[in-house]
Amino acid sequence: MATSDVKLLGAWPSPYVNRVQIVLKLKSVDYEYMEQSFPGKSELLLKSNPVYKKIPVLIHGDKPICESLIIVQYIDEVWNKNGPSLLPSDPYDCAMARFWAAYIDDKWFPIMGELRKAQEEEAKATLIKQAAEGLVLLEEAFLKCSKGKDYFGGESIGYLDIALGSFLGWIKAGEIMSGVKLLDETKTPGLVQWAQRFCSNDVVKDVLPEPEKLIEVLKMIQARLKAAATST
Amino acid sequence: MATSVVKLLGAQSSPYVNRVQIALNLKSIDYEFINENLAAKSDLLLKSNPIYKKVPVLIHADKPICESLFIVEYIDEVWTNSPSILPSDPYDRATARFWAAYIDIKWFPLFGELRQVKGEEAKAAVVEKIVEGLVLLEEAFVKCSKGEVYFGGESIGYVDIILGSYLGWVKAGEIMASVKLLDETKTPGLVGWAERVLLNDAAKDVVPEPQVLIEVLNKFMMASAKASSN
Repeated sequence: MATSDVKLLGAWPSPYVNRVQIVLKLKSVDYEYMEQSFPGKSELLLKSNPVYKKIPVLIHGDKPICESLIIVQYIDEVWNKNGPSLLPSDPYDCAMARFWAAYIDDKWFPIMGELRKAQEEEAKATLIKQAAEGLVLLEEAFLKCSKGKDYFGGESIGYLDIALGSFLGWIKAGEIMSGVKLLDETKTPGLVQWAQRFCSNDVVKDVLPEPEKLIEVLKMIQARLKAAATST
Repeated sequence: MATSVVKLLGAQSSPYVNRVQIALNLKSIDYEFINENLAAKSDLLLKSNPIYKKVPVLIHADKPICESLFIVEYIDEVWTNSPSILPSDPYDRATARFWAAYIDIKWFPLFGELRQVKGEEAKAAVVEKIVEGLVLLEEAFVKCSKGEVYFGGESIGYVDIILGSYLGWVKAGEIMASVKLLDETKTPGLVGWAERVLLNDAAKDVVPEPQVLIEVLNKFMMASAKASSN
C-alpha cells in the first residue's frame, strides 16, 4: 500500500495525537495531517471513529485505525522494515511495555486531570503525592526496561518512551500551573534525565508543544466551559 | 522458554481469569492453577502484582505477567503453535485490539451499572446502552468473521476469547435483571456465536454457569454489606 495515502486526523495539543506523529516520523512515513478544530468534529472524523468520535484517527488507504496505542502498534507492524521495532522483541519485555503504557494511560495521567480540577489545597496535596508515587514506580520501570541505556526502549525510542514521553508537555504545563515540581531529580533522577533526552530528540522536539502554549489552550477551554455553564 | 513451568493465579468466577484459561487451553499448555481467595490474597499474588493486587497473574519461568489482555497476547507470542490468537494482518489485529478494549472499557462496565441502578426507568436506560453495544459488536462480528463462525474466523481468536469470557456474567445479568440482552431479533449473529463459542474445546468447562456466578455475587454483596455496617 502506498505510504502517500496515510492521513492523520489530529489536534496539536493532544498528547495522544503527538504519539502518532512521533511514530510516523520515527518510521519515516509520509502522511497528510488534518488538524481538527476544537470543539467541532468533522464529517470525516465522525465517519472514521463513530464509536468514540475522538482523535487521533489514522486513515491508511481508506481504513481507519483508532486509539493511539493501537495506532502505534499498527504503524510498528506495517512499517516493520523502517528502523528498529518500537515494541521489544522479547515477549516478556513486550508484556512489560504494554503493562506500563496502560498504567500510564489508565492510572497515572488521569491524576493530572484531577489535579487541574481540584479546588482545595488538601485535595491538591493528596493528588500531587499520588502523582509522585506513580513516578517513583515509573522510575523503577525505567531502570528495568532501559537496562542502563538511554530510553525505556534501550538504545532507541520505543513504545513506552512514546507512551510516557507524549505527556511531557502537559506534565511541564502542570508543574508551571501548580507551582510544584513533579519530575524531581532527587526522587526520580533517571526519569528527569530521560525526559530531557526525549524532548530534545530530533524526532520529538518539533512535535511536542511548548508547555506555555498548552497552558493557553487550557485557559481557553476553561473559559469556554465557564461561558457555556453560565449561559444555560 | 516455552517448556518452563506455567502457573496461573486466579479465581474461577473471574472472566479475566477465564480468558487466560481459554488461551492456555487453545495452545494446549500445561499449567498449575493456583486458586486465590480474593478476600484474603496470597503473598505470592501481592508480590507478583504489587501495583493492582489482582488476578489473573500468569507466572512463566518465575516471571509474572499481569493484565488479562496482555497475558493473552503474551501467550500468543511465546507459544507460536497454531491456532494463532491474534490475526496476522496488521489491520485485522488493530481491529481486534480495538474491540477488545471497547468490550472491557465501555461495554462490560455497564453490567456493574445495571446491578446498582435503582428504578425501572434507570434500569431500562442501562439495558438500552448494553443492547446498543451488542448491536455494534454484531456489526463487528459480521466484519471480523468474514462469513465464518468466530470473530477469529474458523477458529476462536482474540475477540472471541475476550467477549466469550463474559458470557457467564451476561447470562447472570439477564437472570438477575429479568431481561433478555442477547436477542436473536437484534443480534442474531452474536446469539449463534454465543451458543457456539462456549462449546468450543478450549472454552468448555471454563466459564462458570450463571447460577454459580449469581451465588458468588450474593456472597460478595453480603460480605460487603457486613463489612460496611461494622
